[in-house]
Amino acid sequence: MNVTVNVNGKPYTRDVEARTLLVHFLREDLLLTGTHVGCDTSQCGACTVHVNGEAVKSCTVLAVQADGMDVKTIEGMGTPGDLHPLQTGFWEKHGLQCGYCTPGMIMASAELLKHNANPSEEEIRYHLEGNYCRCTGYHNIVKAVQHAAEIMAQGGQSGQAADD
Amino acid sequence: MTSNESKTDKYFGQALKRKEDPRFITGAGNYTDDIVIPGMLHAAMVRSPYPHAKINGINKDSVLGMPGVEAVLTGQDIVDAGIGSIPVGWLLPELKTPAHPAIALTEANHVGDIVAVVVAETRALAEDAAAMLEVDYEPLPSVAFAGAAIAESAPVVHDDVPGNVAFNWEIGDATAVQEQFNVAHKTVKLKLKNQRLIPNAIEPRASLAQFTPASGEYLLYTTSQNPHIHRLILAAFVMNIPEHKLRVISPDVGGGFGSKIFQYQEEVIMLLAARLMGRPVKWTARRSEAFVSDMQGRDHETETEMAVDKDGKMLAFRVNTLANLGAYQTLFAPAVPTYLYGTLCNGVYKLPAVHVKVQGVMTNTVPVDAYRGAGRPEATYAIERTVDAMAHALGEDPAEFRRKNFIQPEDFPYQTPVALVYDSGNYEPALDMALNMMKYPELRAEQERMKGSNKILGVSVISYVEACGLAPSALVGQLGAQAGQWESSLVRVYPTGKVELFTGSHSHGQGHETAFPQIAADELQIPIEDIDLVHGDTGRMPYGWGTYGSRSAAVGGSALKVALQKITAKAKKIAAHLLEASEEDVEHENGVFRIKGAPDKSKTFFDVALMAHLAHSLPEGMEPGLEATAFYDPKNFVYPFGTHMAVVEIDTDTGKVDLRNYGCVDDCGPLINPLIVEGQVHGGIAQGAGQALWEEGAYDEEGNLLAASYMEYTMPRADDLPMYQIDHTVTPSPHNPLGVKGIGESGTIASSSAVANAVLDALWHECGIEHLDMPYTAEKVWKAIRDSRAGMGQAADD
Ligand code: FES
Ligand code: FES
Repeated sequence: MNVTVNVNGKPYTRDVEARTLLVHFLREDLLLTGTHVGCDTSQCGACTVHVNGEAVKSCTVLAVQADGMDVKTIEGMGTPGDLHPLQTGFWEKHGLQCGYCTPGMIMASAELLKHNANPSEEEIRYHLEGNYCRCTGYHNIVKAVQHAAEIMAQGGQSGQAADD
Repeated sequence: MTSNESKTDKYFGQALKRKEDPRFITGAGNYTDDIVIPGMLHAAMVRSPYPHAKINGINKDSVLGMPGVEAVLTGQDIVDAGIGSIPVGWLLPELKTPAHPAIALTEANHVGDIVAVVVAETRALAEDAAAMLEVDYEPLPSVAFAGAAIAESAPVVHDDVPGNVAFNWEIGDATAVQEQFNVAHKTVKLKLKNQRLIPNAIEPRASLAQFTPASGEYLLYTTSQNPHIHRLILAAFVMNIPEHKLRVISPDVGGGFGSKIFQYQEEVIMLLAARLMGRPVKWTARRSEAFVSDMQGRDHETETEMAVDKDGKMLAFRVNTLANLGAYQTLFAPAVPTYLYGTLCNGVYKLPAVHVKVQGVMTNTVPVDAYRGAGRPEATYAIERTVDAMAHALGEDPAEFRRKNFIQPEDFPYQTPVALVYDSGNYEPALDMALNMMKYPELRAEQERMKGSNKILGVSVISYVEACGLAPSALVGQLGAQAGQWESSLVRVYPTGKVELFTGSHSHGQGHETAFPQIAADELQIPIEDIDLVHGDTGRMPYGWGTYGSRSAAVGGSALKVALQKITAKAKKIAAHLLEASEEDVEHENGVFRIKGAPDKSKTFFDVALMAHLAHSLPEGMEPGLEATAFYDPKNFVYPFGTHMAVVEIDTDTGKVDLRNYGCVDDCGPLINPLIVEGQVHGGIAQGAGQALWEEGAYDEEGNLLAASYMEYTMPRADDLPMYQIDHTVTPSPHNPLGVKGIGESGTIASSSAVANAVLDALWHECGIEHLDMPYTAEKVWKAIRDSRAGMGQAADD
């Protein structure tokens, strides 16, 4: 079954099984392995991507459901030379250790900052409650998101920060 | 070339952001499941749905015709291939160890035990077939809890472990303890359960194996904390592969916490499958498989007793523990509830007598082995819960009761009654700093004010010591370890002055790629940008033992330091030669080698590195090149310590516990990178708080795992935890060249006790409840409050 998905600004057409999850489509068909799988009950958030601008757990979406849609993954957020403020925030504030939850955390946080430019600690924690991190104890993740919000408030838009 | 601008900054101690992060924050990390080898097949495990069952038959034909299915492997294939049992890495006297086959042959011993494997063209097709495979099981009687498993009529897990008792172990002097109890002013006794935990690194385990028939070489990518240990076990004990023909690569690993130390069945299976199929084969665990196959943690049933004299000075501590080992013994399993637990049951106190008795019990549950802290959180819990109970019994403040029983600074090195010699320590400053930081008197006043309302406050103060930096090889050898526990490092300087460091330690989040170059940049006096660390590949580095037991900095970092000193010693000789000076007249300062008193005559590290390789002019008889390897065996464990404090608010109407504040003062010696250290502490606190408040790998009594997904196993989320207040004291370890101690596990070792004691502090002050087992779920706490009030109400009526 053919699907065409715009991923990080480029259209990709692939023949997939109807049961293929979006996360497997991204990882296995497009080799975009920055999006991770941490569970099989849609509870860890490691697979979070943006579909038409909204944060979505890509293990809960079939690839065929994303047909014709715009998907953004961590690979589309910024590059080492041109980081998104959230990527800078996670780096500066040590918001990651093993890095496995990080792409999902960044994608989920990006959605928060889109709707709330200056979130409180409580709002950040509440917004990220769908994303497990087993390494950081969340302290530095909260600080990373706050730092990103500050950079963005100062007009520091780098990376592909104009989030669709 | 940056090497020419050698710098003098001290990197050691700086909160540098991590060198490894750019790849992780841009999605370019390279985890095992990300790796694709063209032509690879996929494997799916068929796992026992029964805690204990006889396997009467497996009908391979039931799936062999299915689309994409290439093969079905069973226990018979393991036998036919001559593959050995997965060994235990730590033996105790008279330890009874049941065989642990890679695929069960006649009997499955826990839910999740592998009974067959399907190999197919895609993962989905392999899983389809695995679900359809016909296995003829005959369920057998089973048992899940240690206490039940030692009962007379209990089902027997393995026929060669009669009575299900794998070992009886004790340490300390039982008679001396009894003598102290005979003269005690007061004693307290507690019955504690340290519940089963499931580590849950967010990256599930995965393995990908390849076999090259022409050379007989194997390549295994796997999620490992210690690739050399995997290679050694697989080569020497399980697969009978020449060790040099097996290359194990552990690429980026998404968290370990102990669960990725062990030799697992799946890695053996992937190597065999790759050989039999002539194609690479990959397996990646689903989370639901991780729940029934990753080694689990804790699971102790313990009785503690403490005795004090009339001044409230501790006289003796007695511990009796049943340790649930699960269905098999894996790498460190016998050591965790014994040498990593019993020897730590002295805590930070001057205790004239301690005795610890442990019985290791086999059950039909997932095996238990090292999980972050490994034995030391259990020991801390046993002591610190009992200390609080004693403080209550004496009517003393828990902080002051601890203080007056501390081992004093002048007592170090301190020989405990349970074998360890604590090398250094100074416990009171950490206690005082923590009390000040958390404003202890104000918390007690607030607790008084809240008393009787529907929101009550609990405050804890716990002090811990732990032994890590595993380990002096000769000592652990005497204690039964089947491995050395030194560490190696290779420093390779290139002609351009760029440097690669190689370590046998492994980072799966701990920041080695930053911390190790920090050490090297100072020693070599070159910019950190010119230095990279390589780890996790047996094909690229000297032998090593990996990362566990908070050993990377203390043992791996020390090995690096020694190797670096060899480099600078040789570099200095070359510099002296180039400067036409004697070696004694040359100093290495501000990034250059120069003649003392003649600062204009100097050579950079680059000049020296280049000449070492050109070899046009070297001192007489010197070998060319600039490369050094060091093997460092520590003289002792290192002993981090500290004080942790938790503040909880409990809603007495709902029983909900809110962890409001958490503060700690740890001493891990000098901090290589404070940012990384604090990150380790944060994560450790979260895992311990998780145990205290939410997490429980609950089984029913037959061994069915009731908490088998994230729906039932509750790990802390961002909105469950507070910001942590963190500080440090610095007492260097006297016996390693960096003075550093471990910090990877301290948070967890201390925090389950700290949070537990805070909850009990609230419940004791409000309702006189002396003990309740973790985790303190709302339901459990609400019931305890209700029952105690009902009891009190009744008492008032009488
Ligand atoms: S993989 Fe866990 S929520 Fe998607
Ligand atoms: S950084 Fe390891 S799970 Fe979050």
